[in-house]
Amino acid sequence: MSIKGKAYLAGVFEHPTRKADTQSLAQLHAESALGALADAGLTKDDVDGYFCAGDAPGLGGLSMADYMGLKLRHIDTTETGGSSYVIHVGHAAEAIAAGKCDVALITLAGRPRAEGMATGTAPRNYGAAAPDVAFEYPYGPTVVNQYAMAAMRHMHEFGTTSAQLAWIKVAASQHAQHNPRALLREVVTVEDVVNSPIIADPLHRLDCCVITDGGGAIVVTRPEVAKRLNRPLVKVLGAGEAVKHQRGGKIDLTHTGAVWSGPAAFAEAGVTPADVKYVSIYDSFTITVLITLEDLGFCAKGQGGKLVADGNLIAGVGRLPFNTDGGGLCNNHPANRGGLTKVVEAVRQLRGEAHPKVQVKSCDVALAHGTGGSLATRHGSATLIMGRE
Amino acid sequence: MSPQERPIPSPPVNPETKPFWDAAAAGKLLVKKCSACGERHHYPRAICPFCGSERTEWTGASGRGTVYSYSVFRRAPIPYAIAYVTLDEGPTMMTNLVDCDLDAIRIGQAVRVVFKPTEDGPPVPMFTRA
Ligand SMILES: [Zn+2]
Repeated sequence: MSIKGKAYLAGVFEHPTRKADTQSLAQLHAESALGALADAGLTKDDVDGYFCAGDAPGLGGLSMADYMGLKLRHIDTTETGGSSYVIHVGHAAEAIAAGKCDVALITLAGRPRAEGMATGTAPRNYGAAAPDVAFEYPYGPTVVNQYAMAAMRHMHEFGTTSAQLAWIKVAASQHAQHNPRALLREVVTVEDVVNSPIIADPLHRLDCCVITDGGGAIVVTRPEVAKRLNRPLVKVLGAGEAVKHQRGGKIDLTHTGAVWSGPAAFAEAGVTPADVKYVSIYDSFTITVLITLEDLGFCAKGQGGKLVADGNLIAGVGRLPFNTDGGGLCNNHPANRGGLTKVVEAVRQLRGEAHPKVQVKSCDVALAHGTGGSLATRHGSATLIMGRE
Repeated sequence: MSPQERPIPSPPVNPETKPFWDAAAAGKLLVKKCSACGERHHYPRAICPFCGSERTEWTGASGRGTVYSYSVFRRAPIPYAIAYVTLDEGPTMMTNLVDCDLDAIRIGQAVRVVFKPTEDGPPVPMFTRA
């Protein structure tokens, strides 16, 4: 069974806050939910399927259903870090196609800034029962030095340069200047990026995404419901998901799970990378974007540096416009999980509702890709291809 | 204390991995080998991640390997080098590169194991230039 055309992205919402000093975590989830439902022209009483991940408070889906007063007949709390919400869209489409729900709500929220979390630079410890922890945590693995090892290996194997990586941040900043909500709106140059302080070799401060509070939500529904709503029609064409891990010690840092999730999504959608007019690519770090674009087939393995250089990712300038909201690198990375906002900007592009300065012309096919966890150890990859009807 | 030393958190030890840590305390590096498929793996498990067999055995490793990748965490209060080292026996393991010039580390360098004390647990295997 295919989900192609079986579900529509009827509502999307990106919470406007970037620092939530006055809202609780549950409140941010619920505010995001109401925003997406309003965008769709639906109410909470229309929701019968709910999707959330590890950022939801308390008992996750149970706590949020209780807080929001949802009456559910389908629930899914798949947790793959920042890619969860991209996976949730595919799972929601599956559930809708199978008749398990009619209106699926996906929420994300977090307040790492308000809580003063050292998101990328403090070693993460998922508890003593994690089977890997004894063999990793003593070595001080942070988010940034793990992704840095992937960058270092890519540079070693393929000659990728810091200047090429910097072009990814430059493109994001070119887009963010038009987004009044973006945390960082200043346009930067390649020189600005490579001259910013090294955090973990070879990644500079400006190779890293922002830390923001906030959240977002997505409403997915069946075609009959979507067509009753007074919104542009954006449908799911294909979805793929994968988990990449250490393979018992056969470590490979130059590929991501996108090598599996990408082809699955393209096959289901019946399109190729050449058909895609806009891409939202998870951008925890510049290197994440470069490796993902290679793995999705936008260029050959090892050629990502050339693909992203010289403004090729800038809307109106290059041939592969990406992250036109400014992405995680400049705009927003709510709850340290960027997958949901990737889908939101792709839907804006397909509706023709992106900022006019970055709107892609005739944007009929778009791709959103999420990467959650760590490139260097274990991560979930999710590719979602959407089309305008 | 040399500039690259930092307090090392203790690894949590459980019954499945206790032999690894007991050996580390004796200055020996172990890897798990599967008797069913012959593959060695790391981190060590009771159940082979390649074939699913429960017939896994502890085997000695030479403690020699090469740097697969690394990153010096410059922003840390005490900069340190995280790395993946590919053991001569096959598996690649996360580790730190220590007792060396952090600016002279390169992918492909030959390294050998050294054991470094942790805060209040068994020592952990790290690597230095061979
Ligand atoms: Zn085996």
